[in-house]
Amino acid sequence: MGDGLLMDGPSEKVLVDVAPENLMACSECDALYQAVAPEPETLIVCERCHHVIARPRRKAGMTVISLAFATLVLVVAATFLPFLSISVAGVENSASLIDTALAFSEGGLAFLALATVALIILIPTLRMLLILYVLVPIVFDRPPARRAKSAFRMSIALKPWSMAEIFVIGCAVALVKIVDLADVAFGPAFWMFSALVIIVTLQERLLCSWSVWNALEQPQS
Amino acid sequence: MQLVGMERAGTASVLTARGSGLVTCRQCTRVWPMATEICGRCGTKLRSRDDLSMQKVWAWWLTGVIAYVPANLYPMLETRALFDTQDSTIVGGAVDLLLHGAPVVALVILIASVLIPVGKFLAIAYLAVTVGRRAQTRNADRHKLFEFVEFIGRWSMIDVFVVAILSSLVQLSSLATIKPGPASLAFAISVIATMISAQSFDSRMIWDTGFPPKAPQA
Repeated sequence: MGDGLLMDGPSEKVLVDVAPENLMACSECDALYQAVAPEPETLIVCERCHHVIARPRRKAGMTVISLAFATLVLVVAATFLPFLSISVAGVENSASLIDTALAFSEGGLAFLALATVALIILIPTLRMLLILYVLVPIVFDRPPARRAKSAFRMSIALKPWSMAEIFVIGCAVALVKIVDLADVAFGPAFWMFSALVIIVTLQERLLCSWSVWNALEQPQS
Repeated sequence: MQLVGMERAGTASVLTARGSGLVTCRQCTRVWPMATEICGRCGTKLRSRDDLSMQKVWAWWLTGVIAYVPANLYPMLETRALFDTQDSTIVGGAVDLLLHGAPVVALVILIASVLIPVGKFLAIAYLAVTVGRRAQTRNADRHKLFEFVEFIGRWSMIDVFVVAILSSLVQLSSLATIKPGPASLAFAISVIATMISAQSFDSRMIWDTGFPPKAPQA
């Protein structure tokens, strides 16, 4: 029983002389580490829970900014262009993202309409704007933007709620569901959204929030 | 990287920030003396452990489970073609697809709408029940399970989006129209509640032994 508590024992003495500034801990399991400087091209992984703590990369900032711009253009364009069109016996219809999001507005499902607009259009757009707001000054060696820290925290919190890539898979499933029923074709917005998925995935791999926090900490003049 | 302290072979006897009287910033990984309330680097509110974590987890979990019931009983889609109206539920829709020779899509729907949600309910419940138990050797497995649950959760929204796409696309006046059914709302609520439940889970508790975890020393 007495053995159960974490780290009773010799190692507590190791810490006596180490100031908190020289320590860091894993956000997922709280294991304590000696702080390291952000060296580019290294992968910092927690030894206990294998969580990837940081993945700093050289010149990632510029790439992330370009990808964020590309995402913004694609989302805005794809919102109003049709992504699927259908025709049966001469009757045609096509749907854009905004039509889809508003599909729920009839029949008392307004909450769902709102949630859909938010998850596939608003939140992805907002996230990109926040990332640009935080990263542009850092990458161009300017002092951090006002309230950059809150902005970056918000962009991280929004990450799981940005669902554009899930929507693309949804398109493919919807297509198969009605392909027997009618002639269906992908519109331009579908291809734009597919490109978006690749861009967002790439950007996620490149954007290391630990490095951004380090950069925001440096008082730049 | 260099672990502080010693790692005893095979056990989780790692020195933690909490065990050293420090509080970790979950955003930027800095550690501060236990009494610190806001991270001096990134401005995040600091909490050594989220004491309300389990209450939030269970509350959202229950919401998710309850909403999942009508999500399966009511129709997801209401299809109207010429003279014939058809309501289909989640499982019913997948069975239709299977019979129409699209087994792969049927499988995708079944995995995203049945297997993942039910699996998530079970996994979160298991993790919440075992928090604080002295199952030290399985901590790594439980943590892996938690990361998987957090990663997979959003993908259940697929079925809600399919309903939205179909109901906006298939509007061919008298020939065929598709309308979203009440289950789409219930299902979306279930997915969102379960996502929040998983997010409320303080994964550091998986590694704590004894509950509440060891109090910090001054």
